[in-house]
This record gives sequence, C-alpha cells and structure tokens, in this order.
Amino acid sequence: MNGNALLIAQGLNVTLGGRAVLNDISLSLSSGHLVALVGPNGAGKTTLLRALAGLLPSQGEIYVGGDALSSLSLRERARRFAYLPQGHVVHWPLPARDIVALGRYPHGATDPARLSPKDAEAVTRAMQATDVMEFSERRVTELSDGERSRVALARVLAVEAPVMLADEPTASLDPRYQIDVMTNLRNAADGGVLVIVVTALLGLAARFADTVLVLSEGRLVSQGAPAEALSEQVMRDVFRISAYRAEHQHEAVIVPWAGI
Amino acid sequence: MSVESLRLVSEGAARRRLSVTAALVVLVVLLALTSLGIGPVRLSPLAVIDALFGGGTDVQQIIVREIRLPRTILGLAIGAILGLSGAALQGLLRNPLASPSLFGAPQSAAFGAVLVISLGLADVRSYALPVAAIAMAFASVFVLLSIAGRNAGLLILILAGLAISSLAGAMTALVMNLSSNPFVVLEIAFWLLGSLEDRSFRHVMLALPFIAAGAIILMSQRNAFRALTLGEETAQSLGVDVGRLRLLVITGVALGVGGAVAVTGTIGFIGLVAPHLMRPLIGHDPSRLLVPSALTGAALLLAADIAVRIIPSTSDIKVGVLTSIIGVPFFLYLIMRERRALGGGVA
Repeated sequence: MNGNALLIAQGLNVTLGGRAVLNDISLSLSSGHLVALVGPNGAGKTTLLRALAGLLPSQGEIYVGGDALSSLSLRERARRFAYLPQGHVVHWPLPARDIVALGRYPHGATDPARLSPKDAEAVTRAMQATDVMEFSERRVTELSDGERSRVALARVLAVEAPVMLADEPTASLDPRYQIDVMTNLRNAADGGVLVIVVTALLGLAARFADTVLVLSEGRLVSQGAPAEALSEQVMRDVFRISAYRAEHQHEAVIVPWAGI
Repeated sequence: MSVESLRLVSEGAARRRLSVTAALVVLVVLLALTSLGIGPVRLSPLAVIDALFGGGTDVQQIIVREIRLPRTILGLAIGAILGLSGAALQGLLRNPLASPSLFGAPQSAAFGAVLVISLGLADVRSYALPVAAIAMAFASVFVLLSIAGRNAGLLILILAGLAISSLAGAMTALVMNLSSNPFVVLEIAFWLLGSLEDRSFRHVMLALPFIAAGAIILMSQRNAFRALTLGEETAQSLGVDVGRLRLLVITGVALGVGGAVAVTGTIGFIGLVAPHLMRPLIGHDPSRLLVPSALTGAALLLAADIAVRIIPSTSDIKVGVLTSIIGVPFFLYLIMRERRALGGGVA
C-alpha cells in the first residue's frame, strides 16, 4: 500500500497535559478507501484524527500527498483535509446553505454571497449528495439532529478535499440517518477520497469500511479488512466483549453480543 | 434546485442587507446634520449645509465648522468604532453578550489615560494620552481572553470582565485618591463620565488615526468570524489562524476603544447594543453584522449626544452617563433572554 499511499504517519506521538495519548502510531492509507477508526472510549481516536489534520501538536512525521504536513500552510492543509468534528457545533443560526458554503473557505471563497461558479457547483453537489437542498435557506439551529448532521456532512463534502476526517458523524442519529451518513461517506470514498471515520458502532464499521484501524490505549493494535481487524481476539482483548459474526451480501456482520 | 436558483435566493437576502445599510447611512447623515444644528443657537439642516460649505454668516460658519463639527465627527467615529468593536468581539467569542464595556476595556483605557494625566506626563491634548489608553485597553482584553481560554464560557467571560473593570475602576480611584490637586480630581471625574462637549479638531486628530486603524484591522478579518461560527477548531481546519485572529481583534478593539476613550472618557454599552439591534434585520452572520453595527453605533451615539443637549437639566448630562442608563437595562434584558445559556455556564 506504501507505493501510492496518500496519507502516511510515522512514529506519531501526542502528549496532552503530560499524558501520552498516542504512542508511536504508524499508518499508511490510500485514496479511495473508507477507513473506520475504532476503539474503546479514551483510546485516542479523536486525538489521532486531530493530529492527522494538524489541529494539535504531535511528534513524528505526517505526509499527505507526498508533502510533509509541517511544510504546508494552514490554508493548504485545509484544502487537503476536510474535518468534521463531533457534535456539529454551530454558534449562530445561519442558513444551512451558508454553513455548507464554509466548506469552500479554504479555496478562498470566504463570502457565501459571492461564490464563483466553481464554488457554487461544489456547494450544490454536496447539498444534493446529502439531500439538504430543501432546507437550504432554513437556519441550522431550527433543524432536527438528523438534518443538521447532513448539513454538517455537506459542509465537509463541499471542501472536495482528498482526505476527509469525520469524528463520530453518526452519534445520536437514528438507524436510518446512520446508514445515510455512512452511505455518503462510502460514496465519497468510491469517488476517490480517503475517508477516515471515527465510530463507536462496530457493526457500521464492519458493514461500510474497507479497512478498520483498532486503537487501544493510544496504540494501533490491529488493522486490516473488517473481519480480520475485528477478530475474536481483538474483540475480547480490546473491547472485552464477544460478538456474533456472520456475512451478509458479501459484507462482514459483527454484532456486539455480550461482555466478558 | 439548480445552481442558478441557489444564487437567486441569496441575492434576495443581499438586497435586504443593502437596503438596511442604505437606510442606516441616511439615518446617520440626518443625525449628523441635526447634531450640527442643535445647541444654544439652533440652525435648520439647510442652514447647516450652507454653513458647512462656506455659506451663511461668519458666526454660523464658526458655530458649525469649528464648534459643532469636531463634536459630530467624534460622535460619528466613536459610535461607529464602538459598534464595530462590539460586533467583532461577539463574532470572535461567538457570544451575544460580548462587548468592550463588559470586558472592562474602556475602564482600563480610562485608567491608562488618568494615570498619564495625573503623573503630569501629558495634558489632555497629547498623543501620550491615547497611547496609554490603547495600551491599557489592549492589556485588559488580552488578560481577559487569556483567562477565558480557547472555548470561553459565558460565565467566565462575564466574571473576568467584571473583575477587570472593577480593578480598572479601583486603580483609577486610587490615582484620584493620591492626587494632591482637587481641581485635577474634579476634572478627571467629569472627564470619566464620558462627553463629546467642547471638543476641537485637535481631539479629532488625536483619536481618528487610531480609530481608523482599529476599524481597518477589524474589517480585514470579517470573513474569519463566519468560519468561527463552527467553533475554533473547525475554523482552524478551514484555514483560519485562530491565534493570529484573536491577537488582531484584540489589537483592533484596543486601538479603537483606547483612541476613543482618550478624547471622550468612557462611553459604554454602544458596542453591546448595536449588534443586537441589527440581528433581526441583517441576520446572525457575524461577518455581515460589522458594517451595520458600526453605522448603528454611530447613530446611537449621535442620537445620545443630541439628547443630552435637548434634555432640560440644571447642569449638563454627560453622554456616557446617558448611554449607560439606557445600556444597562438593555444588558439586564439580554441576561434574562440568555438565562438558559448562562445557567449552564456555557455559550
């Protein structure tokens, strides 16, 4: 995978408040993949996502598209990484369309009222992909959780970055919205984007991801195709559970079953 | 919906913003003309315009151009920078209760100015005055934002602001307390109340460069406030250098507020009120609120300065007193409206 890897991390360490949160993480990921980052609470999933995007200081090397992350300007980083944080925080009740248009900010489109045709097309594409056109002019604060999560997703899609990082995009969503969100991420990956998604839902990870990375206490302990990465041993040692395992429509089915 | 129709919808909103802004410009011009016409000698707006451009009697020209014009220019510029500073701080902190006066910036600026005056380093017409005021305003906002940290909760901001303005007030009182000349003390006390009375073009030249510089800095950052709507971390992921933005906003606010306080004393609450008046008309986009808030600030201060000249009273009411008397109840109303957020301690 190293030959055409889009995102490479070597010996990544992150220390927060004197505590080592990430220990010697090395990974190499290619474009067009949907990668699920899983692990118990406190394993360092969000920290890894932030470190990869350069949003917090880390030791070690990160390369994106052949360039060292540290050599890139803030704006260039923003063009290469679309970052969707957990919780979809929006401080002012802006119309959904303006929120999505913020995805074009890294491309110099800082004013949603004056988008170039190229930027407007990217915004429209993203809004169509997540099916939020109908509430384009509604304030995001008035939308339901599910609708708001789709607007947030449209915002990161609109960046049209080669790497997309999504932190728990399915949190607090009902099953239909969970599947909608994951389908959107899957489509983005099929369109050539490297999508890394943090999720607590192992079933969704197994169903949608090409690759699963398992993080435990700041270390990468397992990686590979879902059924391999989430082996019985990993389920037992890392998650302290047993799981029902099967296959359905050529995808792995993993259902957390009982605590051990 | 096609790309075409997407653009049409936003054009409607843009037209609305434009008409509100145009109406505000007209209002400010009318208030400025009224301000030039009001005083012991009342002049009609036409007479004012005539005198401005060299017509009318010599007396009318002197009244309008030398006595009232500096006062009006200062009212306009200071009102505008206060409104702009309030909108910028609210944008930076994603918080509708942020404003220079709640953060102790004018009070700290006043302390800086008073210190310089009482130490005999400068009279009220020297550049040392605005420089000292700006330095203290910068220090106060800087300390406040440092205490508040990255994702400042409302409660922490307000408490820290209260502490800083109390400290600035106490330090000012100490300076006055230690001052040996009672006349100086009286003069400082009145100056602190905030007034545009009897200001000359020297005062305008003292304040205007700093106010203009502050305004340019704040306006140059306007689009970053929109990105901050998504929080600091996400804004950074969009390419906004949040640390630099903070420093620039603090500098812009300090230049504007410090420059203003140096010539007029403390005039509070315009920065808090102006953005609130505009949100129902312009929307909540923090970037689009800057210019309308500046115009509203200018209109508010000009109106207040006209009011203190019209309200019959035995001695002059200071305009800073009036803005506080109106602004503080408004602040209480906002607290009531934001009660839920305040109770939770987060914005």
